[in-house]
Amino acid sequence: MPDFTRLHAHEMSRLLRAGEISSRALTEAHLAAAERQNGALNAWLTIYRADAIAQAGAADARIAEARRAGPAALAALHPLCGVPVALKDLVSVKGGQATAGSKILRGYIAPFDSTVTARLREAGAVILGKTNMDEFAMGSSTEHSAYGPTANPWDLTRVPGGSSGGSAAAVASYHTPLAIGTDTGGSIRQPASMCGIVGLKPTYGRVSRFGIVAFASSLDQIGPLARDARDAALLLHAVAGRDERDATSAPIPVPVELLSLPESDDEAASYLKGLRIALPREYFVEGMEPGVAARIREAVAAMEAAGATVDEVSLPHTDYGLASYYIIAPAEASSNLARYDGVRYGFSDRSSGEFIADYLRTRGGGFGPEVKRRIMLGTYALSAGYYDAYYLKAQKVRTLIKADFDAVWAAGFDAICAPTSPTVAFPLGARTEDPVAMYLSDACTLPINMAGLPGAAIPAGLSEGLPVGLQIVGAPWSELSMLRLARAYEGITARAPWRALEPAELHLTDDPTTPSPVGRRQRTASASAEGSGVQA
Amino acid sequence: MTAAEPAASRYEAVIGIEIHCQLKTVSKMFCGCSTEIDGAAPNSHCCPVCLGLPGVLPTINKKAVEFVIATGFAIEAKVATTTRWDRKNYFYPDLPKGYQISQYQLPLAAEGRLTFDTSDGPFTVCVRRAHLEEDTGRLIHAELDGRRVSLIDFNRSGMPLMEIVTEPDIRTAEQARRYAEELRLLMQTIGASDAEMENGQMRVEANVSIRPRGQEAFGTRVEVKNMNSMRAVERAIAFEIERQTVAVDAGEKIHMETRGWDEARQSTYHMRPKEEENDYRYFPEPDLPPLLTSPEWLAEIKARLPELPSARRRRYRDEQGLSAYDADVLVNDATAAALFEGAVAADPAVPPKLLANWVTGEYMRLAKGGEGSGAAAVDPAELAALVELVVDGSISGTNAKEVFAEHFATGRGVSSIVKARGFEQISDAGALGTAIDTVLAANPAAVADYRAGKAEVLGFLVGQVMKATRGQANAGMVQNALRERLDKAE
Ligand SMILES: [Zn+2]
Repeated sequence: MPDFTRLHAHEMSRLLRAGEISSRALTEAHLAAAERQNGALNAWLTIYRADAIAQAGAADARIAEARRAGPAALAALHPLCGVPVALKDLVSVKGGQATAGSKILRGYIAPFDSTVTARLREAGAVILGKTNMDEFAMGSSTEHSAYGPTANPWDLTRVPGGSSGGSAAAVASYHTPLAIGTDTGGSIRQPASMCGIVGLKPTYGRVSRFGIVAFASSLDQIGPLARDARDAALLLHAVAGRDERDATSAPIPVPVELLSLPESDDEAASYLKGLRIALPREYFVEGMEPGVAARIREAVAAMEAAGATVDEVSLPHTDYGLASYYIIAPAEASSNLARYDGVRYGFSDRSSGEFIADYLRTRGGGFGPEVKRRIMLGTYALSAGYYDAYYLKAQKVRTLIKADFDAVWAAGFDAICAPTSPTVAFPLGARTEDPVAMYLSDACTLPINMAGLPGAAIPAGLSEGLPVGLQIVGAPWSELSMLRLARAYEGITARAPWRALEPAELHLTDDPTTPSPVGRRQRTASASAEGSGVQA
Repeated sequence: MTAAEPAASRYEAVIGIEIHCQLKTVSKMFCGCSTEIDGAAPNSHCCPVCLGLPGVLPTINKKAVEFVIATGFAIEAKVATTTRWDRKNYFYPDLPKGYQISQYQLPLAAEGRLTFDTSDGPFTVCVRRAHLEEDTGRLIHAELDGRRVSLIDFNRSGMPLMEIVTEPDIRTAEQARRYAEELRLLMQTIGASDAEMENGQMRVEANVSIRPRGQEAFGTRVEVKNMNSMRAVERAIAFEIERQTVAVDAGEKIHMETRGWDEARQSTYHMRPKEEENDYRYFPEPDLPPLLTSPEWLAEIKARLPELPSARRRRYRDEQGLSAYDADVLVNDATAAALFEGAVAADPAVPPKLLANWVTGEYMRLAKGGEGSGAAAVDPAELAALVELVVDGSISGTNAKEVFAEHFATGRGVSSIVKARGFEQISDAGALGTAIDTVLAANPAAVADYRAGKAEVLGFLVGQVMKATRGQANAGMVQNALRERLDKAE
């Protein structure tokens, strides 16, 4: 019997329709892998074994029914019918927890489905469980989770990136072919890059945010993590589109061509002919690892060799992206997170018997240090007398950043290629004591959120044995073109030796004696926690 | 100035009014929950959105927006072409999201005005702004198993509210009450709100300060709340002006504070200090895009506006010849006005002034009497028919009142009541002649007096004829016929 976990979603979809495999068997295989290896990875916070198997059974019944009804009925099924998918633990699933990686939401059970969840159910996808993340998606390493960090299957002593690190590690470890992540400043792309998979942050407004625990409302987007471009396209298709429950979701049609990216590598590669690619010089930032810069330049050179034209461009306001992002995102977060007061749900400390004091205790004890840092930052930025100097100014910078990109599209470029992260995955604990170093992980991704543009990370080889992600940025609503470009790059690198590699330390996770990343962190934390005021 | 001068001439009160009106929409401001929360079990009208659960997003209730725009037009305000939503951030257990979605920088309507009558003549108040926001839940302090607890009912959370803020233009307690009354009438006329103060559909708050006459700078203002009737508004403000006057005269400093109106004691009391303005950290609501109000939409809302109270008063007075008092009484009572308008429409030949007299007189007297369902039974066409009978002399005024009372109580048709009661006036000369003959024969002395020049005896004789006909005779006809007979025989 082949190992079902190594299949891509589009392959599963074909085999399911052909009646060669069952969703039940696929689901069992993935659940088994997740359960076996999660001890060493801590990628999953909840596994919905019983529900997943029930959903798989229902999907098998739908497929069987469609097979009986004929080709038209089969074609009407979404390709993801019967295919497993993981959700970041800030996606609401009716009757399930949604901790957002925080202690303050411990015990909260969502009484409703997010729009993304509802659309996945409608497609017939099998929801395997919920993945680990930085608390409220604030972080770039998944170390700021109240439920312990996640390990990177390429090197278990390193981070998987974040904040969608659990989703990225689960996909890279073959626990699921697909996962939903969210990206506010790079939280899909950066972990995808560090785990060697594909991650797409759609255009702001492409995917409904209803039912997704909010971090920064004007920046948050939901998107797919997958092991190739075709799979990412299938998942995007399933969840995208206008939703009446999200006033910021756009009434723009979702292209059906997402379901039919070319299968043949040669056909895919032909998309590059005549494509105009921009290479922004500001994205090769100081402190970028030479191995990362080399892989990106090689990838772009390969595209050029396949018929694309590549020109260097300037995005002059890139430097202000980080500073303005760290005003706007915390400002919105300070307000979005005000609802966690212990009155209605989640963690609640009512020991004082007086509500203001109980608020302070609940929030003091329920939020981790990074979340508190950002709430304070955001509260300050919105305060009377500072609003104009910080928040308003940052919004103006945001307009300028957007204008930088507009100029690139106006000049006739089809896409921008850039690094995703300046570095490969860094060791667990390396940046937890230095917030600014952690923030710099997102220097190349957060301007894309500020501009509301779609951005993807795709694997582009290894540096020092660890994955490097190429970032592709497109004009608004150009996800289809970006994924065609991503698929083209897969086509021209299909025979590259690194394509055949599996995460180097994944095999270690089968060994029950391999320590969990939680244990590893506790050892480092106990050595360094003394005297650190913000350590939880 | 001297202390001997009355306070009213030495100090001037400066009053600004803030009114919150619950809008009459079917669903809440940002979710689909029903607004029928009156008397509902606690927390029975809630959903993830109005409970502020993680991940929920607001969607705008268009009807609520239209109500505010309609109000804007009604108070001659500038209606925004682009409006935006802002978050007002503060912590309180009845505020589930930790912020209230409101409008801060770009309210739907701004710079309006409202004119109304007072005992000193017409007065105009400038309205600074009218905007839309969501209501909070309600804290209930109770004792549970011997423990003092605070319970929260989120039924009210997310109810649509319109906040209307005046400039500090108001100078007297009466003006304040009249402003609130006129605004309430406007809300009810537009259909934007039932605006019943007793059940919190309309909440009035006043900022009151005093300053020596002639001084431009404002005094320290005190916020007055908990006024649950129009009378309370006037009394609370009057009390507060007096309290501040006495305090200032005694050399005391007025403190920024919020005071509540105590209905039982007829006085205001200290609720909480207000040392500084709260920092609500307003910022644009990122979950809601700015709302563009297209010229077509605005025109549609404007076209749908009903006749406003001021215009209606004018029409009643100038076109239908009603007294200012009757016009005002009718404009203030929607059912009475509808009855009046219906009766005028049913028979344009009957003078509107007479119909208005019946509506403001008999009808309102009976309606106030609490005969309950009676008011609804009154048919405007029947009222017009009844008044017509009075006008053409077919029925006496006294009997008409009886007929109306029966119609009010039973809804029975006027003509059938008149018939059943035998109230048709005897306008037939023959029948009348017999009655007159009898009366003249029975009262020879009176006849002699009349002929001797005592014309006033005629009244007595008319009375006797009326008595003989059990009131069914047409008094005018009786008088004429008597005069004719007496004068002829001379
Ligand atoms: Zn609701």
